[in-house]
Amino acid sequence: MKSGSLGGYVVRRLIQTVPVVLGVVIVNFLLLQLAPGDLATVLAGEAGGAPKEYIDQLRARFGHDQPVYIQLFNYLRNLIVLDLGYSFRQSAPVFDLLMQRLWPTLLLMVCTLVLSLGFGILMGLLAALWVRTWKDNAISVAAIIVYATPLFWVGLMLILVFSIRLDWFPTSGMEDVVAFHEGWARVADIAHHLVLPTLTLSLFYLALYARLMRASMLEQRGLDYVVTARAKGQSERRITTRHVFRNALLPVVTMAGVQTGGLIGGSVVVESIFAWPGLGQLAYQSLFARDYNLLLGIFFLSAVLVVVVNLIVDVVYVFLDPRIRIG
Amino acid sequence: MKTFTSRFLGNPRVYLGLIWLGSLLFVALTADFLAPVDPFAIVGRPMSNPSAAFPLGTDSLGRDVLAGLLHGTRATLLIAVLATLAAVAFGTFVGAVAGYYGRLIDDALMRFTEFFQTIPSFLFAIVLIAVLSPSAANVVIAIATVSWPPIARVVRGEVLTVKSREFVQAAVVAGQGDAAILLKQILPNTLSPLIVTGSLLVATAILVESALSFLGLGAPDVMSWGFMIGAGRSFMREAWWLVTVPGIAILLTVLAINMIGEGLNDALNPRLADL
Amino acid sequence: MSEPAISIRDLQVALPAWSDRKLAVAGVSLDIAPGEILCIVGESGSGKSMMGKAILGLLPAPHVRAVGGQVHFEGRDLLTLSEDALRAVRGRRIAMIFQEPMTALNPLMPVGRQIEEVLEIHTDLAPAQRRARVLDLIRDVHLPDPERMIASYPHQLSGGQRQRIVIAMALALEPGLIIADEPTTALDVTTQAQILHLIKELQRAHGTAVLFITHDFGVVAEIADRVAVMRHGEVVEQGAAADVLGAPQADYTKALVAAVPGLKPRLREPADGTPPLLRVVDLEKTYRISSGLFGGAVREVKAAKKVSLELKRGSSLALVGESGSGKTTLARCIIGLESVESGLIELDGERISGRSRAELRPHRKNIQMVFQDPYASLNPRQRVGDIVALGPMLNGVGREEAIAQARELLRLVGLKPDAVERYPHEFSGGQRQRIGIARALAVKPKLIVADEPVSALDVSVQKQVLELLNDLRKSFGLSMLFITHDLRVAATVCEEIAIMQRGEIVERGATADIFAAPSHPYTRSLFDAVPGRAWISGLG
Repeated sequence: MKSGSLGGYVVRRLIQTVPVVLGVVIVNFLLLQLAPGDLATVLAGEAGGAPKEYIDQLRARFGHDQPVYIQLFNYLRNLIVLDLGYSFRQSAPVFDLLMQRLWPTLLLMVCTLVLSLGFGILMGLLAALWVRTWKDNAISVAAIIVYATPLFWVGLMLILVFSIRLDWFPTSGMEDVVAFHEGWARVADIAHHLVLPTLTLSLFYLALYARLMRASMLEQRGLDYVVTARAKGQSERRITTRHVFRNALLPVVTMAGVQTGGLIGGSVVVESIFAWPGLGQLAYQSLFARDYNLLLGIFFLSAVLVVVVNLIVDVVYVFLDPRIRIG
Repeated sequence: MKTFTSRFLGNPRVYLGLIWLGSLLFVALTADFLAPVDPFAIVGRPMSNPSAAFPLGTDSLGRDVLAGLLHGTRATLLIAVLATLAAVAFGTFVGAVAGYYGRLIDDALMRFTEFFQTIPSFLFAIVLIAVLSPSAANVVIAIATVSWPPIARVVRGEVLTVKSREFVQAAVVAGQGDAAILLKQILPNTLSPLIVTGSLLVATAILVESALSFLGLGAPDVMSWGFMIGAGRSFMREAWWLVTVPGIAILLTVLAINMIGEGLNDALNPRLADL
Repeated sequence: MSEPAISIRDLQVALPAWSDRKLAVAGVSLDIAPGEILCIVGESGSGKSMMGKAILGLLPAPHVRAVGGQVHFEGRDLLTLSEDALRAVRGRRIAMIFQEPMTALNPLMPVGRQIEEVLEIHTDLAPAQRRARVLDLIRDVHLPDPERMIASYPHQLSGGQRQRIVIAMALALEPGLIIADEPTTALDVTTQAQILHLIKELQRAHGTAVLFITHDFGVVAEIADRVAVMRHGEVVEQGAAADVLGAPQADYTKALVAAVPGLKPRLREPADGTPPLLRVVDLEKTYRISSGLFGGAVREVKAAKKVSLELKRGSSLALVGESGSGKTTLARCIIGLESVESGLIELDGERISGRSRAELRPHRKNIQMVFQDPYASLNPRQRVGDIVALGPMLNGVGREEAIAQARELLRLVGLKPDAVERYPHEFSGGQRQRIGIARALAVKPKLIVADEPVSALDVSVQKQVLELLNDLRKSFGLSMLFITHDLRVAATVCEEIAIMQRGEIVERGATADIFAAPSHPYTRSLFDAVPGRAWISGLG
């Protein structure tokens, strides 16, 4: 039987994730120290070849004149109170910038997860039910093609067809800022902007989950307990819905957890194509602006996101699979 | 029972994939001969429509798109294959050592692997390139760095299963040393999943490479398909072919590799194929 | 004879085109009377399992299917029924019990629900009535604490408990026929005895006809009213159990019955007073299993508790026990695949316990092992010659010479010398086990540890391999530690026996003495559990 409470399990898991997140921060902190050029040189360069004294002065202001380990120590100490430093580029605290950009990215990710998981599972289920018919072939071929399509190219093609040719959806942004929509009108406007980015990010994962679900269904259908159910006189339909489906779902749920990191990576591309004001776009911008404080903050936040999503997946798993003990 | 070869080549998808990949390989080897111009050279009017002189038109600077496509084949394939080889070598090493020695070494190596899986890999690749400065070699390093963990997991899992098989115990009882057991008894028996995972990784590597080049983080002096799409992106309204054609090239290549990889899988593990 | 419960006429089951045989079942005709247990007995590949599945239309379509004959049951031919009509028969009038209780249940559903499903499919009972019936069924199969049992998941039950659940499921609607496909093969011998007893008890109480498929003549003797012997898809002999077992007519049946290991204890050769070859003193071994996802509580399993034993030069000792008794762990410690916690293992006066892997290496050639699974014990990617020659080559013999020796050894174990050039998959299970024996002999060991070397083999092959081991023991003067769960096999091979239970040796002595008067209660229960004991004791 399950021992220990779910709450205790979650807390224990969260504590275990602290070193992982810290590791991500430390590795990236050190990595970014190696990067050629820092903010000071970039700002100085933009000021039109400033003298060395000015650069040194800037470095001192950013705290970059101290030894690396002191900088790291200071960074980690500040991290405890969620002080992620200041972005001199954007003239705002990193934490505020991240919070501002988190919601658009979360919106995109949640919509993508729902769409890709929902339709992926459905398509995989249908293909397995129709196995070796033309319907199964159609789904499988579509899935293998979508699975091979580069994400950014899907985005561009959708823009080409649905924005440029058909003019159904906007090409960029999250809302029509000059229209000053409020209430439901604003929700509708954001939803309108959301369609193409979500579709772009979802298609690959949809194909992935559909393929996985199909394979998983077929594998489960060959197992002994299905023969048992058949020997009871259960109809194929009920065997599928009652027995096979839930067992087949387990690998898909696992995969959804594994793919969180990939989803964040994909959002960098999608957000930069659709000018979606989220974390991905911010990461891309801060990279070229050499705004490493901000970039480090983004790494911290995405590591936290991955860890949290994985925890959610594990909790879902505990409910789906009685064999998992949480004691 | 049918043999491996007949199962592999009897699969029409594998056939199509091999034909496409074979032609790509041919193009990659003979690009200089097929399109004897520098793909970066400005040879015509910017954004000319496809014509006899430029079958796929020219880009915003007047460079020959077909020449770019042909030369891009080599860069794309080479980067993807090298990155995969590096990832497979490192991943196999980590996975084999973790799986064979178990206990503390396994724990440590698997934590290390998990850590790499927690960092969003594409973001990490971007930063690696930013830190190392964009070049073909660094793109290979960045892709390999973010792609080895799945290989390590596959190899570890396989080594764990094979390790518990009795023939390995027989080798221990015979007095064979650890390294010899790992190399001669265990690893040859993990080859088939490794080949399948590795071949699918080539496809992923192409996707990552093209996304990096698309964002302007690829090697600046190497013409690649992703770079062409990125360069053509602002001109979609005027010249749709600039983004469409290289995209289709990427799609077909990744598709071909995936189909070959799956064909390998079906042929090596005939259980599912017989369902 | 009254109207049969089921009547099978000229049943034919086709195999897929790529198989080496066209028909898995080639024209079988059988009747089973109500309340009768008919055992179908045969070796692997005889088609006995296919027959059972064909009756209910559970063959793995489309590759394997019934192509001819009739199966008359309650006035209808099951082979011609529509899928819907057949479904109404399954679980209600004909139920099945499967071999693997591990995998026959859905891991994600409480077992009570899985029993209840049968009632849900075939009856209009209200949920409360269904529940009451499920609780009754659980009691009928003698499972403890029915209320808690129905809420349990399969992984929380033991193999025997799961098989009882499957039996409860089969009995739910009091079917006219139960098809039991090797229902006790995956179970320990004492559990097997209980399950056989249960099946018989319930079958008598309900007057159900049973088609019982097995490979084990002991089980047949235990349970059958009538027997049909199958070979290559055909029934070679059928008749009343007493007749077939007592006076088999067909040559094949005679050979099978002769191959059943008897309970005739092997006699001890006169002791020559030399010091023992192997000495184990107070050996302890504990496994620590961390439970839960992340470390947390650690459970300790004592696999060996103060185990001591001695093996004389040139003799053989059987270590008998059920799964989890620690017999395999003990063997692995002796062979040096596991480290011991405390205690001493001595071979020929030299300590071999407590040494590192590197220190052990020079001692390896003194002890060799024959493994259980002939399919897993040979590296599929190496030639048989290289497999057999590995040991000698590691001990400094040149490759050419080692291969030549391998050729000679393979001839000695009854294989053609050209086997050295071939790969393991080209050989049958029995042949592979011979290769395994040749490998163990290649370094001329002083002691051979054989871990269940015949338990994966068919009974006729089993006999040949045991005879081979016996011959080799004589000609090489080998000493052998023989691990087995089967008292019958132990008796034919070894002069001495040690019985293990939960990590302890509970009884040890000459085979003849123990067989004459087992002193420990566990030993006695093992003897009682030997299927078909009365019949076997009367054999030759």
